[in-house]
Amino acid sequence: MAVTDDTTRAGGIGARMLRKEDGKLVTGEAEFVDDIHAPGELWMGMVRSTVAHARIAAIDTSGAASMPGVQSVLTGAQLADMELWVAPLPCAWPVTDDMVNPPHWPVATDMVHHVGELVAVVLAESRFAAADAIEHVIVEYESQPPVATVEQAMADVDHAHLEHSTNKAYTWAIDPDPDGTQAAIAAAAHVVSARFVQQRLIPVAIEPRGVLAVPSPMGGDITLYSTTQVPHVLRVMVAATTGLPEQKLRVIAPAVGGGFGAKLNVNPDEILAVALSHRLGRAVRWTETRSEAAGSTHQGRGQIQHVELASDADGKLTAIRVKIDADMGAYMTLLTPGVPLLGSFLYHGVYDTPKFSFTCEGWFTNRTPTDAYRGAGRPEASYAIERAMDMLAYEVGIGTDEIRRRNYINGGEPFEMWENPAGLSFDSGHYGPTLDRALELADVAGLRAEQQRRRETGAIRQLGIGLCTYVEICGLAPSRALGGLNYGAGGWEHATVRILPTGKVEVVSGSTPHGQGHETSWSQIIATKMGISPDDVTVLHSDTALSPLGLDTYGSRSLSVGGVAIAMAADKVIEKARKIAAHQFEAAPEDVEFVDGSFSVAGTPSKSVHIQELGFAAFTAHDLPDGMEPNLQEQVSFDPPNFAFPFGTHVAVVEIDEDTGGVELIGYYAVDDCGNQVNPLIVEGQIHGGVVQGAAQALYEVAVYDDDANIINPSLMNYLVPSAAEMPSIVTDSTCTPSTTNPLGVKGVGEAGTIGSAAAVINAVVDALRPHGVTDIEMPASPMRVRRTIEQADGGAS
Amino acid sequence: MVANAVQIRLSVNGESHDLEVEPRTLLVYALRDDIGLTGTNIGCDSSSCGACTVLVDGRSVKSCTMLAVQAEGAEITTIEGLAATSDGDGLHPMQQAFHEYHGLQCGYCTPGMILASVSLIDEYPDLDESGVREGLEGNLCRCTGYNNIVKAVLQVAGKEA
Ligand code: FES
Ligand code: FES
Repeated sequence: MAVTDDTTRAGGIGARMLRKEDGKLVTGEAEFVDDIHAPGELWMGMVRSTVAHARIAAIDTSGAASMPGVQSVLTGAQLADMELWVAPLPCAWPVTDDMVNPPHWPVATDMVHHVGELVAVVLAESRFAAADAIEHVIVEYESQPPVATVEQAMADVDHAHLEHSTNKAYTWAIDPDPDGTQAAIAAAAHVVSARFVQQRLIPVAIEPRGVLAVPSPMGGDITLYSTTQVPHVLRVMVAATTGLPEQKLRVIAPAVGGGFGAKLNVNPDEILAVALSHRLGRAVRWTETRSEAAGSTHQGRGQIQHVELASDADGKLTAIRVKIDADMGAYMTLLTPGVPLLGSFLYHGVYDTPKFSFTCEGWFTNRTPTDAYRGAGRPEASYAIERAMDMLAYEVGIGTDEIRRRNYINGGEPFEMWENPAGLSFDSGHYGPTLDRALELADVAGLRAEQQRRRETGAIRQLGIGLCTYVEICGLAPSRALGGLNYGAGGWEHATVRILPTGKVEVVSGSTPHGQGHETSWSQIIATKMGISPDDVTVLHSDTALSPLGLDTYGSRSLSVGGVAIAMAADKVIEKARKIAAHQFEAAPEDVEFVDGSFSVAGTPSKSVHIQELGFAAFTAHDLPDGMEPNLQEQVSFDPPNFAFPFGTHVAVVEIDEDTGGVELIGYYAVDDCGNQVNPLIVEGQIHGGVVQGAAQALYEVAVYDDDANIINPSLMNYLVPSAAEMPSIVTDSTCTPSTTNPLGVKGVGEAGTIGSAAAVINAVVDALRPHGVTDIEMPASPMRVRRTIEQADGGAS
Repeated sequence: MVANAVQIRLSVNGESHDLEVEPRTLLVYALRDDIGLTGTNIGCDSSSCGACTVLVDGRSVKSCTMLAVQAEGAEITTIEGLAATSDGDGLHPMQQAFHEYHGLQCGYCTPGMILASVSLIDEYPDLDESGVREGLEGNLCRCTGYNNIVKAVLQVAGKEA
């Protein structure tokens, strides 16, 4: 049993060390936001719009206000009069200078633009008093025609925001040679032309969002506890939105129950809690209900993709042209407009594609805003190219593995710094081996034989095998690159490392975990760097008072930016300690070696001092080298010179019951390359979870809206998050192509599973249905949709 | 300020608690808000996620589906009290297995998942992998993809994967 091997306890970089985080979490000791209470706290009850697009004619709060336990009821107009904020909720990524960005206030005043938008807030003494009271706030709406779909938005007959005469928010393109792309497509032997729909998804972190703002009325300070992935970003944005002094604001993300992008926004509830607690001098809180989340937390995906993929007669790619119509929802939230751009650079996948053209148009609809959801733009891109590659393989008449091999960058051989046609440099790659290994691991040859047997015998349960060879872009991000994309922040990460007087080590992390195991991985990095036990390391994070600088956790950036900052800060500590050791040895620092945690003079091994002992010398400062500051503490802000580009090959195996249309995912094999791994146990866990999230998009999940733009499946009764029963065991393996972007050679793995799996699963579904002549199926491939697809294909064929 | 309050006595993790609750109070809120045992989590409003799972007389129950008043007279075990029900002085074997197999990431589903698993293998000691997967159908996890949860439960059931 691998988990009791010595290596699992040893704890340096590369060890399958068991997580330090677990003890608190398996015993209930960890505190999530809803577990924390403050004396005198008031509960917010959120009165949300029940219509998608309307003028607010009147709000009657009198019934609610007189209910027991209700302190007050405030409408949007009343809140606006209170001047609790100085700016609308922020959008940090105005992708073009002329992007339309309708003001998004925490609470609507005269118009509502999506179901779930706030129209009034109840303040009450308990969560139940607040919940009861919101039922008694009577809002009169004058409905306007809603824009319920992207297609309606594009028709531009009705408008999601009446003050704008078009629903289009922006047009953004990378199109270095449009004529060349056009010529390549016109001259191609094969052109696949496809339309894919990336349905809207509800992120569903199992912990709902929540906030608690605690004022100190005398000191003017406010502490905001939030279920956030981004405490540092939130602090800046809350200050900018409320006008409260940033230095008076402390943001704490305590234990956070998953994020997946859904907790990286700046939300009305966060602004309200801070502003109201400051004004009232009482703690103010709120916890989302699951069904409420469909209107109170952003959603993911929501794109229509048009792809033209051109090749020569042998299937060698010559061009790809992509047009995206992206559903922004009703407002631009923090990163809404930029999400499709995060995928834009990757539409050629892992394939050498001479001509490349990408255009995205963003459209407003009267639905919940979209924003980042695990993978954010990259699962969409990988889905489009990987589905199109399968279609091309059928066109050319070769295997889905062979079409990929023929097109891999550098022929599937290792490379460094490959210039992609969208203007990025892929740090490193070696694509051939992940495909070979995945085919072997899944025994695709054996599966193909079984598939053939079932086809010939007319079995009810047909087999499908799907491949996906993805590349992703992570390690967000070089600050200059972000500046070039009009993004309103940098992409660095900050770390502090200090050796305490007793020799123990404290690490302060700017990146902020919510399940990823930072405390364990950062301890492993320090253990290897300093030659000490990971048990001697404590990691501080997720509290702006303890960790004032940081840019938090999203975009698979924690390790390749934040972890690298920690390694670099450790190196600086070691260099300072070396000088102290040299001083004690009366030797030159250049002559002092550092091995396994101990400094010694080359050739005189008898003289040695352990780095942990030097903590005390630096603390007392009785005898430091001339001019040296006391204490052993160093910090680093690391701004990565490039992104990192992990990759891999996934194989999905499905069984389809052709009578019922039911699809069962019976096997999943993932061979991923995220460069050097700090903790393979954690890497595998990230892959497992990511794969299931992508498979869920392929087979089960969709946020369903009716013609009036009401969401009809906001609860977990009918929004189908898969359970263990629907999922197979996932078999993982990896190859290792170190990144050239950072000194640890690490890439990032938080989103890889999701980026690979939706395409692999749908490729498998289509593969199973091939004998019917099926070439595509929309996600999610529900039983009803599979049956209908088979019937249409059979009808069409007869 | 409790409207139509009723007095109840709940026995939780071997301790008796006298509470004044509204008749409509769900067990999960009595545990979390009135007793302060916040290890039991809430993830949905449709009895779908299982984050609130506790043991009532040794059997797993979603504590958002039961009124606090209905739990009178029963022995309730929450995640805070689980370790004490096992012989060793550390974690319960199921808690230990979740740790050793990396069966948790954010840990929000974990208390419910662990208690559901304890009840499952207690009731069906002879489970194989598909039995564990079916048996945990009522508990959702968004982080782990279930792989390592299933392995952990099988190990405690004596069926190492
Ligand atoms: S909170 Fe009880 S099942 Fe979800
Ligand atoms: S560990 Fe996060 S929901 Fe299960």
